[in-house]
Amino acid sequence: MLQTIKNHYDVIVIGGGATGAGTARDCAMRGLKTLLVERKDFTAGATGRNHGLLHSGARYAVTDQESASECISENMILRRISRHCVEETGGLFITLPEDDLSYQAKFVESCQKAGISAEILDPKEAIRMEPSVNPDIIGAVRVPDGAVDPFRLTTANIVDARLHGADIITYNEVVGFVRNQNRIEGVNLRHIKNGTESTYYADVVINACGIWGAHVAELAGVRINMFPAKGALLIFGHRVNSVVINRCRKPADADILVPGDTISLIGTTSSRIPYEDIDKNEVTPEEVDVLLREGSRLAPVLANTRILRAYSGVRPLVAADNDPSGRSISRGIVCLDHAERDGLEGFITITGGKLMTYRLMAEWATDMACRKLGSKAQCLTAKTPLPGSESTAENPKRKHIIELSTEQKAAEGRHGTMSRYIPSHNANDDALVCECEQVSVGEINYAIDNLHVHNLINLRRRTRMGMGTCQGELCACRAAGLLGKAYGCADRTLNDLASFLGERWKGMYPIAWGETLVENQFTSWLYNGVCGINQMVGKKDVTPNKD
Amino acid sequence: MKYETIIIGGGLSGLLSGISLAERGHKVAIISAGQSALHFSSGSFELFDSAENPLQGIASLSEEHPYRKIGLEAVEHYADAVKDIFARAGVKCSGDKNRNHYRITPIGMIKSAWLTLDDYATFDSAEELPWRRVALVNFEGYIDFYPKFLESCFAKRGVDCETFTLTLKEFEHLRESATEMRATNIARVMTGDILSKIAQELKGRIGDAEALFMPAVFGMFDDEAVTTLRSMVRVPLYFIPTMPASVPGVRTQIQLKNYFQKLGGVYLLGDNVTEGVMEGGRLKSILTANHGDMEFEADNFVLATGSFFSHGIIASQEHIYEPIFGLDVAADAHRSEWYNQDLYAHQPYMGYGVTTDEQLRCKIGGESVANLYAVGSVLASQNAIVEGTGGGVAITTALYVADKIINA
Repeated sequence: MLQTIKNHYDVIVIGGGATGAGTARDCAMRGLKTLLVERKDFTAGATGRNHGLLHSGARYAVTDQESASECISENMILRRISRHCVEETGGLFITLPEDDLSYQAKFVESCQKAGISAEILDPKEAIRMEPSVNPDIIGAVRVPDGAVDPFRLTTANIVDARLHGADIITYNEVVGFVRNQNRIEGVNLRHIKNGTESTYYADVVINACGIWGAHVAELAGVRINMFPAKGALLIFGHRVNSVVINRCRKPADADILVPGDTISLIGTTSSRIPYEDIDKNEVTPEEVDVLLREGSRLAPVLANTRILRAYSGVRPLVAADNDPSGRSISRGIVCLDHAERDGLEGFITITGGKLMTYRLMAEWATDMACRKLGSKAQCLTAKTPLPGSESTAENPKRKHIIELSTEQKAAEGRHGTMSRYIPSHNANDDALVCECEQVSVGEINYAIDNLHVHNLINLRRRTRMGMGTCQGELCACRAAGLLGKAYGCADRTLNDLASFLGERWKGMYPIAWGETLVENQFTSWLYNGVCGINQMVGKKDVTPNKD
Repeated sequence: MKYETIIIGGGLSGLLSGISLAERGHKVAIISAGQSALHFSSGSFELFDSAENPLQGIASLSEEHPYRKIGLEAVEHYADAVKDIFARAGVKCSGDKNRNHYRITPIGMIKSAWLTLDDYATFDSAEELPWRRVALVNFEGYIDFYPKFLESCFAKRGVDCETFTLTLKEFEHLRESATEMRATNIARVMTGDILSKIAQELKGRIGDAEALFMPAVFGMFDDEAVTTLRSMVRVPLYFIPTMPASVPGVRTQIQLKNYFQKLGGVYLLGDNVTEGVMEGGRLKSILTANHGDMEFEADNFVLATGSFFSHGIIASQEHIYEPIFGLDVAADAHRSEWYNQDLYAHQPYMGYGVTTDEQLRCKIGGESVANLYAVGSVLASQNAIVEGTGGGVAITTALYVADKIINA
């Protein structure tokens, strides 16, 4: 009985992407006793597998006014509440000789209708603003696009949810629901590594699992018709452009180039895949070729720029309830009250939408949960800065930015004002683990202690360790050394190191030529030849490419 | 400029070909672009890793494999010969071609090897270690050494292991910069008084340990630091290889290079061969980046440019090629066939390289180039990682080709 009480919540949120994290934060801020559960790690799904584009909404202006308005409104909110996750780069919509220049007028008009500032530039001025852009452009429009780091954004939401009392469980998959007649009363979890089962109870369960939401809904006995759409992207080894470059035409393959942190990203392709393939995340050589070919039209230098990684994500496109064929697909937000829709009490699904609208999605889902729980608490997430993005006066270090070392500046870029908690007392703390991304021992230890780190992949997502040019070649081993110290188990850590390297390779083999192949040969010599890490493979626990 | 032999590539195979020729009075030049795989090596060389008796393992390889091309007898012969060359060059190592020994890796795995530098401990069994009690010593602030993994390696084999960390004020200067505490930087500091100081510190802490293990950060240009420190410690002192760059690897490269130069060899560092001038089925001369249109002529040429890592072979988005001469290469046609999705499985690209005739002469359009030989990891049809043959192929093919040139 005691166990039951301890395990009882007002709300359980399923899904550790931006939407789930945002929903858990919103619920917790409204005083609800909240639990968030995630099958793998935060941002392991579509949240960590997109452009990281802070959409102005311009892309949707012509085809979907509603999405466009939502985007621009959320765009302005995110600039305020998540300053440390956002880069105000600005964006261009360019017209190339092969494009129809008459589309530009329609585009600008639609933007203005949706409340998005869209200013036609002289092509020469656009080239001055963004020198990497294709010099053949015949038209350019400036819009308020930017870049947003989905890893930081989600982590900040998790941190704030926890500060407001939420509990967080990762690496536990929902394997079933506690159902009492027509009411969902809890979830059954299974730890994905060790198989331990547990049950948690709640008055309301919110399904915020993106494309996996269809499966989770099915476990609850309701059907949501989803159409998985895979998008592939490439990461380039340095920041080619400083302004987002879009193609001013109807949305097509590889027509957005986004600068993010130290790199640039081109994407995406779009192809329907069978639901059973949603965990595969494979990028084909053909997709790589399309991305490079089309990307080079935006910025010709891409044809000769080193590619770091290829990856793909799956958009959760939801078919309208009256259209099982999927012909009328919405890219907008879908918030389902299953009591109304299916006669199932205590269960909400929030899906569709996009990274840009995660906060609004969270607000809608939380509003619905509050109505069910009889709470009148107001949503404050549009006004309250996320941890790390509070006003600068609160960070004492910030006043002395000139005195900060490169790694301290990098850490502040990553964690905002939260970087004040990163230990930097002595040379031990300041030693660099990841030289590409300037991640110190102190930052690694901070992440291990505070940001739900269970393995090297978690650590990469929280700090950018291993995301740079060498893709973790040297820092992975150093970070494993620190994790090993923290966990006190050598085999677990070495297993993890072997998995981490396997996972890095997954994003490298689709582009395995040139320096990428060179890097992999070095990695193989070093880790297999010199270190013998391959001896860990095949032993229990090594599951490369699974997360 | 005219030489009897010009060697392109200054890594292990290029240097050994050069030394073998120069020892017999040949006029040899080595043109080296810079770093080689030796700089990142463990300090162990493998003849054939995946069998207890390396020579028996070699017999099972395909006929296209470089070992099979030069023949088992030649492999055996040069496996012995190289030990004498290493000895003359001052590279101290030991091993038996008929029986692999074992070594400890940087992350505490046990791996087999044929020759291992004397810096390291070697033993006869992967399961049983020759000590009951050992001590691990690290230096404060050095994060490329992993005591937790090594402790686990010892514990699994029933060896008691105590770890302690030495704090040296000589490192304070290095540690002011966040990236300076790397193996080769530390090795530069490890000379003279600091060695006595370390020995003094160790004295009180060895206890009843039968052996001491430290990161391999001693002796960058020669092994004096290693010898000196060992002479001051009363129990056997061994080193554990670190993450790159490898101090014993760099030292081995320097020792071989110095010996080659002492023999009268010319070592041109930091230059890249850009193209060759062919004449009647022979390579007449080569051009380099630094020397513009000044031709380097030679009777014979040796291609020792390494694999992808050293840019001896290059993969573009469309194809695999040898960049200097456009030599025939063995490689799969389509990009999707170059790799395996599992990092730890056999990677086809590892076996790509230049094809040769039985005498290891390179080919263009299926025809052998009469005076251009290939040695080491640029050769096709080997997989250094899966087979554990990298060092052995570099060594035996290098010495084989040197003899071919002498006897031609």
